Amino acid sequence: MAEISQKGMYRTFPRSGKNVSFTHYCPGCGHGIINKLIAEACAEFDLQDSTIFVDPVGCGVFTYYYWDAAHISAAHGRASAVATGACRARPDAVTIAYQGDGDLGAIGFNNAFQAASRGEKFGCIFVNNSLYGMTGGQMAPTTLEGEKTTTTPFGRDPSLTGRPLHVCEVFSQLQAPVYIARVSVADTRRIMQAKAAIRKVFEIQKARRGYALLEILAPCPTNLRMDAKAAADFCMNEMEKEFPLGVFRDVDSPGARPVAVPRAATCAELFAEGEDVPPPADDRDFPELRFKFAGYGGQGVLSLGLCLAEAARLERRHTLWFPSYGPEQRGGSANCSVVVSGTPIGSPTVEHPDVLVCMNQPAYERFVGDVAEGGTVIVDESVPLNVRPPEGVRLVRWPAIAMAERFGVPKAANTMMLACLMKEKCTGLSDQNLEKALVSSFRKKPQLGEVNRQLLRKAGAF
Amino acid sequence: MTKFVKSNEAVVMGALYAGCELYFGYPITPASEIAHGAAKWFPMLGRVFVQAECETASVNMMFGAAGAGKLCMTATSGPGFSLMQEGISYLAGAELPAVVVNINRAGPGLGNVYPEQSDYTPAVKGGGHGSYQTFTLAPACAQEMFDLTVKAFEMAVKWRTPAIVFADGLQGQMMESVELPEKELAHPDFGDWAAQGEARTRGNLVKSIFLDAAQQEEFNRHLQDKYAKMASDAMSESYLADDAELLIVGYGISSRIARTTAEKLRREGVKAGVFRPISLNPFPREALCAVAGGRRIMTIELDAGQFADDVRLNLAKAGLGAEAASVRMVNRMGGEVVSVDDALRAAKEMI
Repeated sequence: MAEISQKGMYRTFPRSGKNVSFTHYCPGCGHGIINKLIAEACAEFDLQDSTIFVDPVGCGVFTYYYWDAAHISAAHGRASAVATGACRARPDAVTIAYQGDGDLGAIGFNNAFQAASRGEKFGCIFVNNSLYGMTGGQMAPTTLEGEKTTTTPFGRDPSLTGRPLHVCEVFSQLQAPVYIARVSVADTRRIMQAKAAIRKVFEIQKARRGYALLEILAPCPTNLRMDAKAAADFCMNEMEKEFPLGVFRDVDSPGARPVAVPRAATCAELFAEGEDVPPPADDRDFPELRFKFAGYGGQGVLSLGLCLAEAARLERRHTLWFPSYGPEQRGGSANCSVVVSGTPIGSPTVEHPDVLVCMNQPAYERFVGDVAEGGTVIVDESVPLNVRPPEGVRLVRWPAIAMAERFGVPKAANTMMLACLMKEKCTGLSDQNLEKALVSSFRKKPQLGEVNRQLLRKAGAF
Repeated sequence: MTKFVKSNEAVVMGALYAGCELYFGYPITPASEIAHGAAKWFPMLGRVFVQAECETASVNMMFGAAGAGKLCMTATSGPGFSLMQEGISYLAGAELPAVVVNINRAGPGLGNVYPEQSDYTPAVKGGGHGSYQTFTLAPACAQEMFDLTVKAFEMAVKWRTPAIVFADGLQGQMMESVELPEKELAHPDFGDWAAQGEARTRGNLVKSIFLDAAQQEEFNRHLQDKYAKMASDAMSESYLADDAELLIVGYGISSRIARTTAEKLRREGVKAGVFRPISLNPFPREALCAVAGGRRIMTIELDAGQFADDVRLNLAKAGLGAEAASVRMVNRMGGEVVSVDDALRAAKEMI
């Protein structure tokens, strides 16, 4: 007997636990033929060193026993997601995912579909035998109408379970794949066509041309409860009626142009933008101050808080800023908290602000009762004072909104509030740094920075 | 170089300095800034950002990239973290290094986008199927969001395990100063086990399957041995704990509330101190016991007591049964945060 070619396969299969030279596939199963064709193609294109096979869960789970190349064994349904990760990590390698019809058609359909839609550079070989093999012959999305399986004991009922899923036809709706075809391994002529198609998948991957999907109709005598000949006939006669063979897509490239990305050589270069300030320094004499800024969204309370935090940073104070969180966010108002301290900051939350800045009535009424004894409330003059601040809290009314309108820049009400904070000397920070922080907050619109600097000075002189 | 950044952005910076080459992610509040930063900065450095179709895909893309021998990460929040548990189990089962960041939001179910620490159990105890663990770190400020992301990659590589950076929705949104290091870490070589598509890795196989029960058991014993050794890298810090009569225990954001509470109690003449696990798994049991003996113990946490139970378990396992029984908790849930006032009140009831 002539020696059987084992091109691309291990001579024996010790990973199976025994040093055997036969596969785990049942007699008459299509997987054995397909495994051999894949191994041959991989070897003939000299790709064994550079190929990463992604193995599925299902009857194909043990292809790592057979194919002499590197393997990653994926979770059920996830071979296309795993192949995405592998081919992105190793763009110079050839990545091949091997999937079955439960794996790709059911649990992992979206992963396969989305990988195809992105045009991931891997080849997906999809074996359709019209049922779940490994788990015991249950219905797959590809099960034919009326076909009996262990979960369709009376035959697949299209009124309850729909009709067979046509994977190639569905994937053909996508723009990115360069190759989509359906072949069969049910007879010799078909095996030769399948061989050519498998070689094509490897060729495409070797040239890094894009995503390729090859569906292969394969007989499963065991679960169809047929002999090998009858299962092959079922595959050719019944399955091909539902799943016609052919090439659905064959183009040179996806034709997608990349978008230009600005580049940096190192992290240091990437993050060099903006002023570099030394880290905070401890100063036990500087008292910790807690601020809350509140108003309607759009009144600039978040940027006012950020400006204060930036000034604190310029002075090498420990500082933190965060936007409103939790139930405080309700009621259409925005707020942020800022802590400035001479020592590392413990609790970040501002339960009892030393300084509360309110731009609207709801904010004032919500927070005024929380202000710490000896603290300050700055509230826009437009806000009616239905509630008085607690004992020992200083109240400052300031026409921030009106002033910004009078100066012709209504959006600058927050800058007017900053002027008040400076005038009242309640930040513990220098006017110079507060002004600098304000201007730098308009880094991307320098002319606005200058406008606000002038407005700040005008308001300060008010 | 010092930057004033959102904690979520600091995570991305840390990953880049740690040599992470690929980011796979699906957007979810309050973790999305991590994806935003990664989408911008990874490609600028010639690295890979992929917006996955779901969290199941993200974690399996990580399985592929890590299996192919590259450092990779993802970030998510509660619901997404739940979806990733199967994949994290596979990462652990294949002994793949990878980093998952969970910015905890309120649950269960859809919950809301405000802070909680309620994913403690899945983040710390291995939330998926099988007997596995992760190396889990809990940062408490933006600097640590950077530093502990770097550490997570180091530990993931050292122990060949998925590592988790576990923070909450408030921490994620917080801006603070972050000092960036001078140097980036070099990417380690995984050629001895990864499927890299190179001649030298042709014989490599990345898998989590052992059909043979004896082999599966042997592998499980190997994992458990590894996890036992991981204890040598446990991290923690103590504050004012040496002479404390009341020990406040908390991690992440809660440890900061604990710190302020202890300082206020000290000013009122109460000897209070803080113990803060930095690594939640391995849990710093020895360090806790070194300061917990004979003390009354109060935890601060944003969950229903999952953390307090773990503190009790660790004390009890170390033979500090009386201390374990003394543990009291002050907690909030749903996005509410324990206030210093709440913590002070609870502390005073204990002394």
